[in-house]
Amino acid sequence: MNFETQWLQTFFGLYNYWIVVALMMCGLFIVITDGNLIKKVVGLTIFQTSVFILYISMAKVTGATAPIQIEQGTAVYSNPLPHVLILTAIVVSISTTAVALALIVRIKRAYHTVEEDVIQRWDVKKRRSEKRSKPFHE
Amino acid sequence: MSSAQLPILQVIVPLLAAPLCLLINHKLLNWLFTLLVSGFSFVVAALMLWQVSDTGPLSYHLGGWMPPYGIEIRVDQLNAFVALLITAISTLVITSAHTSLENKKDIAPGKHTYFYVAYLLCFAGLLGILVTGDAFNLFVFLEISSLSSYVLIALGRDRRALWASFQYLVMGTIGATFILIGIGLLYMKTGTLNIADLAERLPEMADTRTIFVAFCFFIVGVCLKLALFPLHMWLPNAYAYAPTVVTAFLAASSTKVALYVVVRFVFVVFGVDFSFTTIPLQAVFVTLGTLGVLVASLVAINQQNIKRMLAYSSIAQIGYMVLGLSFGSITGLMASLLHLFNHALMKGALFLTLGAVFYRIGGVSLKHFQGIGRHMPFTLAAFVIGGVSIIGMPLTVGFVSKWYLLQAAIAQGWYLVSVIILVGSLLSVIYIWKVVDAAYFKPALVNQAQLKEAPLSLLIPVWVLVLANLYFGMDTRLTVTLTDQVATQLMHIEVLP
Repeated sequence: MNFETQWLQTFFGLYNYWIVVALMMCGLFIVITDGNLIKKVVGLTIFQTSVFILYISMAKVTGATAPIQIEQGTAVYSNPLPHVLILTAIVVSISTTAVALALIVRIKRAYHTVEEDVIQRWDVKKRRSEKRSKPFHE
Repeated sequence: MSSAQLPILQVIVPLLAAPLCLLINHKLLNWLFTLLVSGFSFVVAALMLWQVSDTGPLSYHLGGWMPPYGIEIRVDQLNAFVALLITAISTLVITSAHTSLENKKDIAPGKHTYFYVAYLLCFAGLLGILVTGDAFNLFVFLEISSLSSYVLIALGRDRRALWASFQYLVMGTIGATFILIGIGLLYMKTGTLNIADLAERLPEMADTRTIFVAFCFFIVGVCLKLALFPLHMWLPNAYAYAPTVVTAFLAASSTKVALYVVVRFVFVVFGVDFSFTTIPLQAVFVTLGTLGVLVASLVAINQQNIKRMLAYSSIAQIGYMVLGLSFGSITGLMASLLHLFNHALMKGALFLTLGAVFYRIGGVSLKHFQGIGRHMPFTLAAFVIGGVSIIGMPLTVGFVSKWYLLQAAIAQGWYLVSVIILVGSLLSVIYIWKVVDAAYFKPALVNQAQLKEAPLSLLIPVWVLVLANLYFGMDTRLTVTLTDQVATQLMHIEVLP
């Protein structure tokens, strides 16, 4: 086998990790660049999902079964532990999304917008007016 | 009560108390119940520390499964020490919570139950991070504490609290996911999640790129939670707009727990050898620590809102703690742990003082502080002592930790760093003085005839913390001996794996 085919084989053999990296970067990119809060949450979810795939694919053994022993013998089975861990991580991710969406609902009520730049403009304005105003001791 | 059950009680009691609060659903009863739970956790932490110092680490096997297969709860001097600190602060903060939350400007009426539920969950999560001996468990507890602290921050009356909470949520989730990636890569390589087991297996494969990447992801993730400069963007707004009780609790506990995680992973799991020779952690921590001290202190000087000012001061103090870690020496680690303890005492005292001022005046900007020194002498005296402690004057705790930090820097021969430590102190003189100047030397703004001293229920916790500031500043035997022992143990793990 010459060098080039070997390199290609490694490249495509690790395809699951390329998917993980691509998804992770997409997610992070959306979180950082998008001004819409809902889209930020979507990006965050994509980012988290990529990590789930990382965990799940690393536990998979090619040609292996689920870890259930049907008959005596040495069957090859996939590692169940990362799958269980990810079950927990999915629950965490869902609760994070739920809290984030609940916050967005309240932000929408308080600011009448879900755009980051508008919210920040409001806040800057408010801080300036606070600096000028005189407080009255009650 | 059998002492073997102590480690699990530390987590399970606040965790189960949280839903019970929802059932009780009564302002006063909820407060008493939370106070009871917090006090109980404090007693448990004290017993654990006493026992651990006596007989060595405690290990509790969840569900009777032996580690490394089952989840282990492991308590040694390091986490028992931090747990004692967190539970003590929590008890004091909760003591003042009932009166403080009466203020309608602090929290919406009718939201008290949610406050106590989220508070107990956050408390349980933080204690869980401290006592657990399992890396994945640590992630789960971290998320429990983070999710509940987003809720706590969003309880603030100002609408900016919502935005601050959302920003913290985004940053915090990215941080937690980074930690998850780090733990995943570690598991991939070692096949274990038990922290003690990880520490044992890692040296063999320390030179692989997977471990290198795992380290980077993990440390960056925790530093986001720690709010190390330049990852601190979420902190000032979150502290400034959250209810004052929440700010006092979070400032004194959540960043401390994150620092504990850094210490545990850098010194125990990865080992000093790996962290400081294979990875240029020293250079990174020194740069970020010193920059954090300087930049955050300078920004603090410019703040009008005192809560924001103290939040920036917190970032500077985190810089000091990280600087202490970066020396990689016993004195440095000791200074860092001492500062962890001392900073919790002084920031707890200062934020609770702000709570008392807020209760009477309804605002905490510099203008609100004008001329109140004569009307609220005890509150402002507490602020002055807390401030002096931040500056690091002798006879206060701030001096003790800065003294050890300076010693560590000089022993290393890093004179520039020692100068920066002193400059940071001088900068803190400026921002603390601005408040003192406003409170004592500026004329009052409006009629202050009705302005009274803060109620006793707010003053007592403040003064307990202030006296602790003075006591541990003068009698350093307990803290210094303990941190010295812990630091020696941690540094020896490198020699005897």
